[in-house]
Amino acid sequence: MHILAFDPMQLITPDLGMVFWTTVVFLLFWFLIGKFALKPITKAIKAREHFINDALSAADKAKAEMQQLQSDNAALLKEAREEGAKILKEAKDVKESIIAEAHNRAKDEAAKIVADAKVEIDSQKKAAIAEVKNEVSRISIDIAQKILGRELDSNKDQQAYINSLVDKIKAN
Amino acid sequence: MFLPLVLTANPEAVKTENKEEKKDVSAGVIEHIMNHVADANEDHILTINNHHITLPLPCILYRKSTQATKGKLSIFLSSKAEEEFDGYKLDHETGRVIDAQTNKRDAFYDFSITKNVFHMMLGFVILALVFISIKNTYTKRKNAAPRGLQGFMEPIIVFLTDEIFKPILGEDKYEKFLPYLLSVFFFILINNLLGLIPFFPGGANASGNIAFTFSLAFCSFILININGTKTYWRHIFAMPGVPLPVLIILTPIEILGVFLKPAVLMLRLFGNITGGHIAVLSIASLIFILGENGAKLGGAFAGGAMALPIMLFVSAIELLVAFLQAFVFTLLSAIFISMALEEPHHQEHH
Repeated sequence: MHILAFDPMQLITPDLGMVFWTTVVFLLFWFLIGKFALKPITKAIKAREHFINDALSAADKAKAEMQQLQSDNAALLKEAREEGAKILKEAKDVKESIIAEAHNRAKDEAAKIVADAKVEIDSQKKAAIAEVKNEVSRISIDIAQKILGRELDSNKDQQAYINSLVDKIKAN
Repeated sequence: MFLPLVLTANPEAVKTENKEEKKDVSAGVIEHIMNHVADANEDHILTINNHHITLPLPCILYRKSTQATKGKLSIFLSSKAEEEFDGYKLDHETGRVIDAQTNKRDAFYDFSITKNVFHMMLGFVILALVFISIKNTYTKRKNAAPRGLQGFMEPIIVFLTDEIFKPILGEDKYEKFLPYLLSVFFFILINNLLGLIPFFPGGANASGNIAFTFSLAFCSFILININGTKTYWRHIFAMPGVPLPVLIILTPIEILGVFLKPAVLMLRLFGNITGGHIAVLSIASLIFILGENGAKLGGAFAGGAMALPIMLFVSAIELLVAFLQAFVFTLLSAIFISMALEEPHHQEHH
């Protein structure tokens, strides 16, 4: 009968030396790696998480701002267009009113010129008539003198008489 | 784990025995498996034509003081004890240092850097290099997307932190325990993984050693209980709202539970890892059992044909178990710590 040289109890009995070394190596690992690697690593991961979250929210904010800006721009454009149309319309109105005014003023001016011309013509006409009257009376006296062949006593009376005749003619 | 077995399964001793009594093949196999799972004072790497290539490891032994002699510390390389050194001798069957006179190991304390300790230190170095390189990447490429090794490790760290530690321990408390929990996870994981590699950087069974799991469970035990709140201790010694006669039964159970929790951690990891290794080695041994240690070539081939697919399957499961057990140990440690951090309940207002 073969006897096992191996004691199965050995397998489930913690060996003192191994316990000692495992504890030493693990505590060293815990202290060194935990302090100099795991902590900085987890910190870096956390910091990056914050960084990414911040970057994402900043991007969202920028996007929203851009949208706001775009709608603002559209509104501004619309306003500008309306303003332009309004200005154009006003300019048109002003133009029309200016033209109308100029038209009216020209009309008035023309009327005034015509009226002035009429007054001038009237006065010229009166003067001319008066002159023609004087001339006619003088010519008439001359003619009468010649026709009558005699010199009247009083030229003055004759003249008054003729003038009254002429007036009568005018009245006629 | 299985390759060294394949290479060393034909030691002359077994072979000569085999000629006399064929039934001893399986017994030899069991012994071989057990030696493989156990610790050794030398690091056996390879056997070529019965020539063993081993890495000598430092032996640190303290002979217990008896009535006749005083205690004595001996430090030497295991290669020196091939014959006899300082009253010690290296047993080639088990790879352990034994007393040259009694052939036993009970007359001295063994604080040697054994195979398991050596491989555990290798794991430490590998992890340290990985973490330092990652840490440098984090500081150099600040706020940049992870890449390379960093990209492999980060999801694990982030998953453990965000999905396990934060919900279990609470948003404000988890950071205090983060270094411990992550250290435990990666320390177990690297040793599990190294244990799966059948040749040099692996080949040891550190995380399947009860002393290894005991030490880590002990660390968790200390951490759980030094963080225990008043409520936690009151729940153990005098559960509020429970009548005295019940307390007489309940309190011993609760006190037992304080020690049972880490004990469960210890046994679970040990059982899973060692069990997995024994399973793979046993299946591989089919080749030697059916082949009757090389006596029947056909049997060996049949054993190989049967063993190979099963071995692949069990090895794949072992890989899963390597991650799973590291995770479970860490998860349960976190849960036990959170139980110790327990704050007063509403019930106590009664």
